Amino acid sequence: MAILTTHALKKHYGRIIAVDGVDMETVDGELLAVLGPSGSGKTTLMRLVAGLEEPSSGKLYIDGHPIMGVPPRKRNIAMVFQSYALYPNMTVRDNILFPLRARKIASDEQKRQLEWVTEILEIADLLDRRPTRLSGGQSQRVALARAMVRTPDLFLFDEPLSSLDAQIRSQARGELRELHDRTRITTLYVTHDQTEALGLADRIMVMEKGIVHQIGTPQQLYYDPADTFVAGFIGDPPMNLLQLENAIIGVRPEHFHLASEAPGKEIALELEIEVEHLEFLGAEWLIYGVVRRGLPQQHQQPRVIGRLRQAAMPTIGTRETHHFVVTKEDACFFDSNTGSRLSEAKVAIA
Amino acid sequence: MRGYPRKLIFYAAIVLLVLFTTLPVLYAVITIFKQESELYRFGANPFIYETAPTLDHLVYLFTSTPFPTFAMNSLVIGLCVVAITVILAVPAAYSLARLTGHWGEHSGMAIFLVYLIPPTLLFIPLFRIVVTLGLANSIWSLVLVLPTITIPFCTWLLLGFFRSIPRQLDEAALLDGCTRFQAFWKVVLPQALPGIGACIVFAFSLSLSNYIYAVTFISESASRNISAGVPTELIRGDVYFWPSLMAATTAVAIPLGIAYGLLFDYLVRGFQSAGAKEG
Amino acid sequence: MKEGTVAHDRPTGLMARMALALERPRVLGTLMLAPAVLYVVAFVAVPFFIAIALSVSDATVGNPQIDTFVGLDNFISVISQDAFGIALRNSLLITTLTVLILLVLATTAVELLAREFRGKRLVQVLFMIPWAMPVALSAITWLWLLDSQYSPIDWVLVQLGLLGPDGPFGPSRNMFYLGREWLAIGSVVFVDVWRTLPLATIIVLAGRLSIPRERIEQAQLDGAGFFRVLFRIIIPALAPVLTVAILFTALLVIGEMSTIALLTRGGPGHATQILPYWAYLKGINSGDLAQGAAIALFLFPVLLAAAIVALRFAYRAGRD
Repeated sequence: MAILTTHALKKHYGRIIAVDGVDMETVDGELLAVLGPSGSGKTTLMRLVAGLEEPSSGKLYIDGHPIMGVPPRKRNIAMVFQSYALYPNMTVRDNILFPLRARKIASDEQKRQLEWVTEILEIADLLDRRPTRLSGGQSQRVALARAMVRTPDLFLFDEPLSSLDAQIRSQARGELRELHDRTRITTLYVTHDQTEALGLADRIMVMEKGIVHQIGTPQQLYYDPADTFVAGFIGDPPMNLLQLENAIIGVRPEHFHLASEAPGKEIALELEIEVEHLEFLGAEWLIYGVVRRGLPQQHQQPRVIGRLRQAAMPTIGTRETHHFVVTKEDACFFDSNTGSRLSEAKVAIA
Repeated sequence: MRGYPRKLIFYAAIVLLVLFTTLPVLYAVITIFKQESELYRFGANPFIYETAPTLDHLVYLFTSTPFPTFAMNSLVIGLCVVAITVILAVPAAYSLARLTGHWGEHSGMAIFLVYLIPPTLLFIPLFRIVVTLGLANSIWSLVLVLPTITIPFCTWLLLGFFRSIPRQLDEAALLDGCTRFQAFWKVVLPQALPGIGACIVFAFSLSLSNYIYAVTFISESASRNISAGVPTELIRGDVYFWPSLMAATTAVAIPLGIAYGLLFDYLVRGFQSAGAKEG
Repeated sequence: MKEGTVAHDRPTGLMARMALALERPRVLGTLMLAPAVLYVVAFVAVPFFIAIALSVSDATVGNPQIDTFVGLDNFISVISQDAFGIALRNSLLITTLTVLILLVLATTAVELLAREFRGKRLVQVLFMIPWAMPVALSAITWLWLLDSQYSPIDWVLVQLGLLGPDGPFGPSRNMFYLGREWLAIGSVVFVDVWRTLPLATIIVLAGRLSIPRERIEQAQLDGAGFFRVLFRIIIPALAPVLTVAILFTALLVIGEMSTIALLTRGGPGHATQILPYWAYLKGINSGDLAQGAAIALFLFPVLLAAAIVALRFAYRAGRD
């Protein structure tokens, strides 16, 4: 178990900046998801931590000790690659034992560790196979076993579920979480899939263009986004962002209420929305509409998405215009220029 | 009904192509077993045996000519050149594929061009160097010089192989406790074994086929190899021992042809990944 | 947990520091690359500069010292000889003709070999024989096929009535392929085509297999026939690779002397002389190292130009 700390960490390749000054610290034993679109620098960050790349500037610490210049093999960090990177010329057993043999661990200890991981991951029957004869899910388990067998200080996962079929992905997600609860090894989990990050992680770090936008629990990210990027990235569909006179207001789809059914709270926004079409998703409906009235700039008629948490057919129909309200409690306000979150006090002044 | 004649045309074209490349060798094979009297009779059908075939010329080649010596020299030279080539080219190709960054990865075409620098440009100064080193008339002169041809070619071929091995394998090995060299040795090298096999074949055959260095550096019969020995020693003035010459030719051509043919796909792959596509 | 701690210790000893340096890709990469590069530099770059030094000296095999600077005398003397013009012309002519014929044959062969068919392995083996054979040995085989008296080709021509007393090719029963200037050059071109076709085909095939199948299938769906697909889709896509194939085979043909050395010995007279063989005759047989080096160097500007064009094409193809 370990605490990973980065300080003003930067990495650029020529003129391309991949990681642009990242300051972060993990909590001991947590599962921290690093979430961002492709090209956000999340994979580079992980490669810097692993020692596969050296930072251009900045510092990296594990438990307070600097690890810059320490070769990967001495960092005691294990990584599960997106492609799993199993050694094709070795059997599953040899793959799993490889990290122990490379570290010259005594053979009875090797045996004990091997038994331990094969039991946890239920792969005893795969040990004599070659990696080419494994299914996606089996490969993933073997890759996990190879990473776990030497009880690393830090786990790095590079989109480990993205090459699995959709059906087994959610099952694998549950197993990963269970595994982490059992081992409690500090884990960095890189993904571009917010469902994975929200469902799996203790905390999420949102990255874009090499910088960190927010670190927080899934709930904080969802209800308390630090800026418009996080607001527009988290949630499916994401937060609606509407331009007011001197701020941006963010409204989650489920926070639009019909004026007739409005809760008795302070109203922040009242909009006239024309419904364009409805989408049935099983337990809920999505309402796609255009704001016809209610925003300061009349000529702007942005599209918005609302959510109705019911399975029954909604009473509103397409091509109809309705009044919707958003309560002050539900709304988030952002600075029009910087996109960063405004405190309640500032909004009041505005 | 259109498919049938089309297929026929296709196979006819294939047969024509194969005949073009193999007819000289087929004719050489016919010649080996012909009796002299028939061989040098005007107007005789050269493609059939009118008198009984004979093994005399084949026996003559292996018992009464220096051909076995040439073959032995070629073998020793070939094995030494292969060893030097593999020892130098394998690490060099890995280095270019993984360790030297962008320009290393894209140096494939430049390396191949080194292979194409014609020996004719260099044989005179190399002759001087060989003389200075006291290696003239010794097979070691060829062992020393021929890797200049095989190293670029094999480095180029292996570069394509190493690039086709996922980088994550090296990286996984690094994290699993290997040094960079161990990652190369334990994880990447086993993946490249087919490529190294191809290199061995090519280095051997390239060392065999060089003519200009062989005739320039060596003029003593006992040190000659096949390429230089067969044309100079089996032709005495204007007297050509045709059947024996053809026997020598086919004895070399057929095994090498088979080896090359079986490695055909590797060669194409080599050009796809290291040559034409990414330069 | 147990042994799992980061090695925080800074290396102090010399060995430890060296081991750490070997972890750096640059350091290890240089170490692994250097032997091969040094070897090639020692026996390619150094001889090249010696060749230049020789060409401006008066060195001979008897007196190989490069101590007298004679300026461009060797070059001037070489140019003034009749053989030079012929050798230069033949070198360029043979190479150009070979490459032009190769271009057509290789493109055709590629169309055949890009398909899957029964017995493909065997065809590949038979197809590769010319390139697998040592050049000197294939030259000897052709020498026998083109023999002045017993050529089987002549025999076939006689049987067909094309050669012999009543044939259109004259009263003789032999063509004397290597005894007449243009026929000899034609024969050399033919042999060069024969021995380089496998290489050219492999290069073009590599490019051909990189063309996405969908593109060809789309064209076929759009109603294009075999030749339209060939000329509108395949050949334009192959242009860069064809250039590479042209340059590679050209370099191989222009630099090889064994075909000429064994087939015609440059004769009759100097009629089929080429620069490399002439350089060999002057430099090694006649012992005039300096003039030999000068002759060989005449090839260099041609080769350099070809190499630059090849690299530029390859680079551009690489960026597409």
